[in-house]
Amino acid sequence: MEPRLPNPVRAIFARTDRDDTVVVNIGPSHPATHGTIQIIAELDGEKVVRADAHCGYLHRGFEKECESHTWHNLIPYVDRLNYCSALMNDFAYCDAVEKLMGIELTPRCRVLRTLLAEYSRIADHLTCIAASLMEMGAMTAFLYLVMIRDYIYEHLADLTGARVTYTYSRIGGLACDLPAGWLARLAEILDQYEVFVGRVHGLMDRNRIFIDRTRDVGVISTADAIDWGFTGPILRSTGAPRDLRKDTPYLAYAELDFEVPVGIKGDNYDRYYVRMREMDESVHMIRQLVDMLPDGPINVDDRRCTLPEKRLVYTEIESLINHFKLIMEGPQVPAGEAYSAHEAANGELGFYIVSTGSGTPYKVHVRAPSFVHMGGAHRLMEGYQLADIIPTFGSVNMIGGECDR
Amino acid sequence: MAPDVFELIRERLAADVREASVSHGILVLVLAPETLPGTVERLKSEFQFDLFLDVTAVDWPGQTPRFEVVYHFYSTAHRVRVRLKTRVPEADPAVGSLVPLYGSARFMERECHDMYGIVFRGNDDLRPILLYEGFVGHPLRKDYPKRAEQPLVPYRD
Repeated sequence: MEPRLPNPVRAIFARTDRDDTVVVNIGPSHPATHGTIQIIAELDGEKVVRADAHCGYLHRGFEKECESHTWHNLIPYVDRLNYCSALMNDFAYCDAVEKLMGIELTPRCRVLRTLLAEYSRIADHLTCIAASLMEMGAMTAFLYLVMIRDYIYEHLADLTGARVTYTYSRIGGLACDLPAGWLARLAEILDQYEVFVGRVHGLMDRNRIFIDRTRDVGVISTADAIDWGFTGPILRSTGAPRDLRKDTPYLAYAELDFEVPVGIKGDNYDRYYVRMREMDESVHMIRQLVDMLPDGPINVDDRRCTLPEKRLVYTEIESLINHFKLIMEGPQVPAGEAYSAHEAANGELGFYIVSTGSGTPYKVHVRAPSFVHMGGAHRLMEGYQLADIIPTFGSVNMIGGECDR
Repeated sequence: MAPDVFELIRERLAADVREASVSHGILVLVLAPETLPGTVERLKSEFQFDLFLDVTAVDWPGQTPRFEVVYHFYSTAHRVRVRLKTRVPEADPAVGSLVPLYGSARFMERECHDMYGIVFRGNDDLRPILLYEGFVGHPLRKDYPKRAEQPLVPYRD
């Protein structure tokens, strides 16, 4: 019987190359592929001979949509790229616009953004590790990690009003300052983090079953990882200490004391361990940032992008017009192009923006780490067992929102 | 360190580069489409630009040539970025593929082909990636209407 619809996906390899293999389809309707990734694998017995990862099921025209909204209006959209660490997308996007406008952040905003970026990194890594451990059956470790993540989400909700997609950054600053008692609660959560992540270390690190499933599975060398565009924890798991926070410091990273954890051979176990160690470094950084957090304004005093105080909007005509123009026409970003690269939880998150001098972007392009990683994911799967696809895929931490845009 | 590398690149690649400037810490080179793959090969072998970050295009309707193809590279040794730009015409929007040099080019060129219809000569795998088989047109071109719909499954009344 002819299918009613043509297949929207075509595998790169034909069925008939070998007569002793089978081609199976994994996903997109599979809980471990986030509902958005389809892997077409050619199997010899249970061994994966070739794999073709296909994405695009969550494509929603993000870049097209950006071209018809003001620069400020995009902030809720960029939140939804990597929704496990939405704040980092905000900061990277705002950084690109600020570069074009020639804006220098206030010291308090700079430190606060760094702090929140590291806090988001913890949430992102917790999600990734928890989910990939759960897929291997480690329910207790999952619950420990997700519990801490939920503390972080609730804590960020106290600050921003939302649990997952915060819309908290602004061009030239932040939406609001810290509420009273926020830093005290932060210290409590970091202490809790140490207790529960310590338990997960105890449960997993020397666990025979876990090691058998992850050691020497999904191995990639540094040279291959760079050739296939891997950045972030995956590149570091191969032993290369490449981290944009150290290599091309931005925000307040140059003033911080931290290490770049690396793996030994770039397998699934190393990717687990690098993420665990990176969270410890983030905690270390957050504690330093809390100590150095200066007082002062969080928004730059620049009428091209910062909204005037509400009190002034209601009492003087200049501020009223300023407010109206910023909302209706958007901040006037000088013509030109800029590329900002931040070390997001998954790797290099780049925003390439082009402005023609109006309040609306001419073009916004996202260099999403997840998308690039899916281009090389088949390299991690080929040659291993069919059952290894799930832990390997989990260790890549593909986030559909930024992969498919 | 970075400006030294930039100076060296400008000097050695002067024959192929039409314009060179530094914008927000990134070296920007404007090239002809024919010389692009050769220049990238030299950037990779002589200046260690080993990480292919990104390729995208910018559509400038009304200008000739219409499409600007934009590449970003990063050198893990020098810790600097280079942006290459080249213009291709609407009638023949083609540029040489970088797949022989970088594995990561495969996916990113597919996306650029999806969105702008740029043809990467030498990339034998330009299947749709974010779009689906049978999608008509290139959505990020400025003349593609934002509200156009091409549902795979017909809407129910």
